Amino acid sequence: MTPADQTGRSRTIEEVEATVERGRARHASRSRTAAVVYPIVTVSVLLVMWEAGARGFGIAGFLLPPPSAVVVSFGAHAPLLLREGWITTVEIVLGYGLSIAVGVPLALAIFLWPPFARSVYPLLVSSQAMPKVAIAPLFIVWFGFGLLPKVLIAFLIAFFPIVINTAMGLAAIEPAKIHLARSMGLGPGATFLKIRLPDALPAIFGGLKISITLAVVGAVVGEFVGGDSGLGYLLMVANGSMDTPLLFAGLIALTILGVVLFLLVELAERLVIPRAHAASGAGTAERSA
Amino acid sequence: MTEPAPAYLGIQGLSKVYGTRDGPVRALDQVSLGVRRGEFLSIVGPSGCGKSTLMMIAAGLVPTSDGAVTVEGRLVDRPRTDLGIVFQSPVLLDWRTALGNVMLQAEARKLESTSAERRARALLASVGLDGFERKYPQELSGGMRQRVSLCRALIHDPPLLLMDEPFGALDALTRDQLVLDLQEICLQRRMTVLFITHSIAEAVFLSDRVVVMTPRPGRVERVIDIALPRPRTLAMRDSPEFTGYSRQILELFLARGVLREPGQTPGQTPGQTPDRTPDRTTVPA
Repeated sequence: MTPADQTGRSRTIEEVEATVERGRARHASRSRTAAVVYPIVTVSVLLVMWEAGARGFGIAGFLLPPPSAVVVSFGAHAPLLLREGWITTVEIVLGYGLSIAVGVPLALAIFLWPPFARSVYPLLVSSQAMPKVAIAPLFIVWFGFGLLPKVLIAFLIAFFPIVINTAMGLAAIEPAKIHLARSMGLGPGATFLKIRLPDALPAIFGGLKISITLAVVGAVVGEFVGGDSGLGYLLMVANGSMDTPLLFAGLIALTILGVVLFLLVELAERLVIPRAHAASGAGTAERSA
Repeated sequence: MTEPAPAYLGIQGLSKVYGTRDGPVRALDQVSLGVRRGEFLSIVGPSGCGKSTLMMIAAGLVPTSDGAVTVEGRLVDRPRTDLGIVFQSPVLLDWRTALGNVMLQAEARKLESTSAERRARALLASVGLDGFERKYPQELSGGMRQRVSLCRALIHDPPLLLMDEPFGALDALTRDQLVLDLQEICLQRRMTVLFITHSIAEAVFLSDRVVVMTPRPGRVERVIDIALPRPRTLAMRDSPEFTGYSRQILELFLARGVLREPGQTPGQTPGQTPDRTPDRTTVPA
């Protein structure tokens, strides 16, 4: 039975629209709530099961500490985690900065100068085929136990996606855009800055986002192999002394560090490419149009 | 062909061969044309007849293999900047608003920005994009984007407008509207237009002359004067004169086997064309 049958008249389009709009709003708010509530509930349930399992089955603390013990350890070692975390952060940021400083110009050279691309590409690819963890000991021999080898390992792992994505992004432009620029009388420099580079930015940021997560891996690998400080070193020490709650706490700290750094790169992307905002506002714009 | 006015854009014995891995491709074969100043000239032909190549060569963006292109007697040997180009795709920059995309042309030419922006706004308004100046391309429909692209090609008041199947990707109604808008714009300005299309109706409706090209390699099959009064209206498309022109072009295509009707063997000239309305016919891609 539709309302039309009951009242003897069909509803006006305004009434129908109001009903549809109410339904949509309800559905949207419900799905927004679900996006927050579902993951929280899932994680909570897993934590409770973990806690109950660890205690109920009497699993030794050095094998699988209950979450509560991890939290206690995290709290107790907070100053230590902060100190070591800061050291790791410095290594990551320097290694990442270095991979941008080297990777972007290298990509430019590859793009602008084909003979250079031909000669350097095989070297680049083989440098990536080589397992970086295997080079780490060599770096320790060369550069000692200080900051430098960790920065270099982070750089070596992180710079490749930046080079590839930047070079691909620059080359992938629609030819008509370049034709257009030439017909407008834009010189090569202005064409690059006004058209080609902004056009490549999404691809470049794609590379930057992959690289930041790899830089974290690189720094930790460096600390594993030859460190006397940093979160990676802390993990090794906690492991060696069977302090598994501290090991978990260190892992959590590393995860937080990685996520925060990733979000910072994403923030930079949003600031540099404002069209991401434009796209998110597209729905409202179309309705008002 | 008699040419009372001297050619503004001259194309003499133009040939273009592309070297590809599958062997050379003959795109254009000794094409000669003269476009008069202030004239609207369309080039119709099947896909692959080199008409887009012809436009790119006229713009100085693609080198010729043989022959020459001249503008007012001067050889075109580098990209020309005294023109506006509209491509089949809008070629808008995603990170610029509608207004920003139009202003790109003004910035590239270092035009005075306040007056250029005033002109840009007026142009956008004239094609019905009032209030959409601050919208980004992804917030606009296909037809709106192509309008922005048209405004960008016009902001510097170019003496020559090149259009490469500008409405090819649009729906029929939007297309009709844009064709009307374009006629309006051309009536207001003294501008020479080279219009590439594969729509017979579009070519007849807009043009002073229509150049019909053969399939690959592209040669000039025939040049047809369109003596219809302006401004032309949509209703005029059903007039006997209009359909006569359309039929004339259609029959050239039928004779060349570009279009084939049931029962006709390829390349055969039909003695009697079966009754059909040819004015909305487009050559299949």
